[in-house]
Amino acid sequence: MKVRSSVFASFILIFEVVGIALFLRGFFPVPVKSSFSSKSSLSDQPKEPLAGSAPNSSRLPQPLFKRVVIMLVDALREDFVLGPSGRMYMPYTRHLVEKGSSQSFVAKARPPTVTMPRIKALTTGSIPGFIDVVMNLNSPALLEDNLIWQAKTAGKRIVFYGDDTWVRLFPKHFMEYDGTTSFFVSDYTEVDNNVTRHLDSTLKRDDWDMLILHYLGLDHIGHISGPHSSLIQPKLLEMDDILKKIHSALEAEGSLPYLLVLCGDHGMSETGSHGGSSEPEVNTPLVLISPAFKRKVGMEKPAVVEQVDLTPTLALGLGLPISQNSVGRVIPGVLEETSLRDQLRFLHLNGHQLSCLLKDSVADYEKDPGFEQFRVAEKAHGNWMKLYLEGNTSEVLTNMGKKVLKQYLEALAAMSSALSKQLGKYDMYSMVAGMLLLILLLAMPEALSGAASVDLPVLSALLSLPFYLLCLLLASVHVLVCTSAESSCYFCSLSWGLVFAAVAFSSAMFCILVSIATRRLPLGGDGEWSLSELDVLLLAGTVGHTLSLAASSFVEEEHQTWYFLLNTLCLVVFQDVCRKYFREQRGPGGDEEPILPSKDCRSSARPAAGIYSERWLALATPPFTCCAAGLLRSLNQTGVQWAHLPMSDTGSTGCSEHKLVLSLLSAFCLVLIYLLVQRRCSWVSKVALALGLLGVYSYRAAVGNVLFPWQHAGRTTSKGTVEARFVYVFVLGILFTGTKDLLRSQIITADAKLKSRGLWEIYSGLVLLASLLFRAHNLPVLCCCLLIQTLMAQFIWKRLHYDAAQTTIMHYWFGQAFFYFQGNSNNIGTVDISVGFVGLESYVEAPAIFLTALSTYAGPLLWACHLVCYLSSERDSPVALGHGCYCLALLRSVPAAAYIVLVTVLRYHLFIWSVFSPKLLYESMHLLLTAAVCLFFNTMEQSHGSSKS
Amino acid sequence: MWDHEIKAMASTHAIIASSVFMATVLPAVLVPGFSVYGAHLLWLYSVSGAVTVVSVAVFWLLGITPPTKKHTLGYKLSRVVRSCLYFFLSCLFFHTVVVLYGAPLIESALETFSLSVLLTSLTTLRCLCVLGPNVQAWIRVFSRHGAMSVWDTCLQITVACTLVGAWLGAFPIPLDWDRPWQVWPVSCSLGAMIGYLTGLVAAPAWIHYHRKQLTYKCK
Repeated sequence: MKVRSSVFASFILIFEVVGIALFLRGFFPVPVKSSFSSKSSLSDQPKEPLAGSAPNSSRLPQPLFKRVVIMLVDALREDFVLGPSGRMYMPYTRHLVEKGSSQSFVAKARPPTVTMPRIKALTTGSIPGFIDVVMNLNSPALLEDNLIWQAKTAGKRIVFYGDDTWVRLFPKHFMEYDGTTSFFVSDYTEVDNNVTRHLDSTLKRDDWDMLILHYLGLDHIGHISGPHSSLIQPKLLEMDDILKKIHSALEAEGSLPYLLVLCGDHGMSETGSHGGSSEPEVNTPLVLISPAFKRKVGMEKPAVVEQVDLTPTLALGLGLPISQNSVGRVIPGVLEETSLRDQLRFLHLNGHQLSCLLKDSVADYEKDPGFEQFRVAEKAHGNWMKLYLEGNTSEVLTNMGKKVLKQYLEALAAMSSALSKQLGKYDMYSMVAGMLLLILLLAMPEALSGAASVDLPVLSALLSLPFYLLCLLLASVHVLVCTSAESSCYFCSLSWGLVFAAVAFSSAMFCILVSIATRRLPLGGDGEWSLSELDVLLLAGTVGHTLSLAASSFVEEEHQTWYFLLNTLCLVVFQDVCRKYFREQRGPGGDEEPILPSKDCRSSARPAAGIYSERWLALATPPFTCCAAGLLRSLNQTGVQWAHLPMSDTGSTGCSEHKLVLSLLSAFCLVLIYLLVQRRCSWVSKVALALGLLGVYSYRAAVGNVLFPWQHAGRTTSKGTVEARFVYVFVLGILFTGTKDLLRSQIITADAKLKSRGLWEIYSGLVLLASLLFRAHNLPVLCCCLLIQTLMAQFIWKRLHYDAAQTTIMHYWFGQAFFYFQGNSNNIGTVDISVGFVGLESYVEAPAIFLTALSTYAGPLLWACHLVCYLSSERDSPVALGHGCYCLALLRSVPAAAYIVLVTVLRYHLFIWSVFSPKLLYESMHLLLTAAVCLFFNTMEQSHGSSKS
Repeated sequence: MWDHEIKAMASTHAIIASSVFMATVLPAVLVPGFSVYGAHLLWLYSVSGAVTVVSVAVFWLLGITPPTKKHTLGYKLSRVVRSCLYFFLSCLFFHTVVVLYGAPLIESALETFSLSVLLTSLTTLRCLCVLGPNVQAWIRVFSRHGAMSVWDTCLQITVACTLVGAWLGAFPIPLDWDRPWQVWPVSCSLGAMIGYLTGLVAAPAWIHYHRKQLTYKCK
């Protein structure tokens, strides 16, 4: 079966998109959330169950504790307190654990063991996913229902000292706070003294109900020198002293019982880092100290609880509603000293909350054993209550109550584990499936061959033995994975027919690709490879960039990589140009003349002066590109390391002088854009383009970015909806004319000129749209983009006879660099969401997302479109377009596939959430976009082929 | 084929490499508190000075420089003046390129310029020694199949190695390791130096192993 290579490429890209979607589905598990957007409140609390009559009281038991002090020590490992060395490290705490009225546990944290998600888990009781971070892009504040919000709503006064992550998560929640930054890892004393200095005065006062302390020093020591360094002991002794101070101050007060919590957010690995899922990183101590507990008589082996169990325990202990999305269950040891009725009531509240969450997140919740158990226990609870209220105080009743209690605990455990099974876990099966799909499709052996069509041996592959073996293997793997107990994968929830179709398809694909590869293999060896410097650079740059994605710093500073590569590219092109023109002039070889017949016949017609000016322009183009890149780089400082440097140009500053400069600049840019784009359009589009660009300026004036010459000073700024819509009309008009030309060229006249005009019109429509969406100070970026495209196309690509692959790679690099010139970065925070509101009265999801994506990827998109236009209009060989498409697909999928493998390997990396996951989203979005562009290519090539024949 | 030349080349390179070594060791002995990272500029100047002096001396003694047509004093003087001018221009050129690559424009101009002086003394100076102040010859040597003698090939290899070394040296700068050698321009100059030394070793070796295949068309 013969398939055109571009069709094959787009086909492959589409499957890559499917693969990456599968991977994302496994990598970002869908969070368990209750469907109500509101937060739970006291009035929603369930009534106390009572058999027979209507449930009478919705009374909550008395709060167990009046005041709570939470002392959170970052990276406090379980064995620092509860292990054999704990006696040496934290003597006082150890004494309390062994002899005092305390409860101690080993709390298991969920990976990623990084501070921010851990704080979220501790306060919301849920296990946050990365997707949450993406969902509330704008606000770093925690919007979910959480313990701190509940406490504040209930009128508790909260004081916080420590890591300023809390301050960012809970703005305006604290009565008093002092945030310390964990910016300087090498500082481990000052950062803790800044917390402790407030302690004495705060402990003396009694105008607070909740005190939260977050100490960072231990974590810093761990990062510097590991868990066995000599710095650890003094630090832990310091923490022990602080705990002693707090404890004695609370003891002295002695009104209603207090609760002192000592916990860690995550542990510390043997090398001192954290983020992964090894035992020492996951196990943290949890020590609860309160006079409400029984005095201990000796050291017991601490029970193991989940970290999230602290949330419902604290909520119930303080008499607050449990936050909605909490998956924790109350720690029964804490409730031991209360009356049986209260204990049952507490468990009932917790169970009710969990069952509500279960209802919302699991489809067939009624079949869940935990849910059933809870229903049974609730009924038994009602019966017990009836007897209790009747005044029955016999031994039988107590035993019955104990039985209900046990039922409740079992139900809670079952429901909690059912819920957390879906949470915070990578769905490895989907991830591996997506990854395999991607890597499998990377086997594109024909990529650089430049052949017009690919021969797919479908029939022979379908009849071969490996195909059936592979089918069998994959199917058995699927059955094995899905029937094993503890996994919950997306694939297993699909219907069997669909899965087996997918299995058959992918094994067929695999067989086909392997047979293609083996067919190519002997051919690849004999060809003598001679690479020019440019080829070496292009190959090395692509490979090097792909490899650099493994380091988090290189991902953060990816723009530097591209700027660097772009500059090098310009220099190498400059060398090429120099060589061509100076060698040619001296003309000893004469070997270059006969290769360029097309150029010769054209240039010989021109006067000699024209050739000279052309040469100088060609010589000036690469340095000009370099300089433009240098200027553009300083326009938008992106990245992390140099984020503090001031931007040379920002649209936000409001002073009028600045505004004047900006208006002149943008007017100049718009004029230049018009001049650059209009050359190849029909006159209708020219007029539309001019009016559209005028509309862009008036939109900017209406929004208040630039000055309008005849504008009243006192005019208020509007949203510019009318102006923006005015521009949209012209964009649509130009796109329509372009499409019309394309269709006409394809169907009626088969005129290549008409077709290229149609393409350029579509391109200019995109330019107009981009100029509307770009921020005012970014217009020079667009302008430079067009200028460089024109110059390069005119003087470099055409004159130096670069082939389609080289041109494509250069376009791709320029597109990447312009992505960062625009001010983007690999951080979710730099996405400009305000673009979604251009020309819209209110937020409408679909156009907003479309516009945001378009403006974010404007750089790569414009370059890719230029590539289509250039290849189809300048080249006469019909293969060039398909070849270019193939190269673009390959260029995009190599880093994407490599990155997916890397992310899978690094999934327990410390920065997986902050650095790698956003980049993964960017990569997949870019892949999607490239797939769309390649489809466009494909239709173009098809029409090209039909017009040729 | 070119056994004599290869031997001469190897010994020349050995002398130059030892001069680099001495230029690193001597200040360490003489100047208190000297280190390659700490007093980086001093190291840069001492190395570039040493390389300049030694290469000029060695190449002059060897007499590889193309024979001049005229032997008048004035012509020789003009050649020397032009060489100095080219040296300076090349410093400026490297400075511009490095700034275009993203070096700070004003803040550490001295460091950037020192780096460009080092690069010039490692690359351009050699061109001046081997080819003379003749831009056409330079362009010829640095285009494909342009080498016309063993020395040209050697020049290509060392210059390419130096530039690639400096280029690779820029990569660790964005990493957040906070090491002393990540400070601008330490990693680049170290990269250039390592590349240069590699080139000095690689050029004779490569020519030695490919001496059968090497053919030069005489002009």
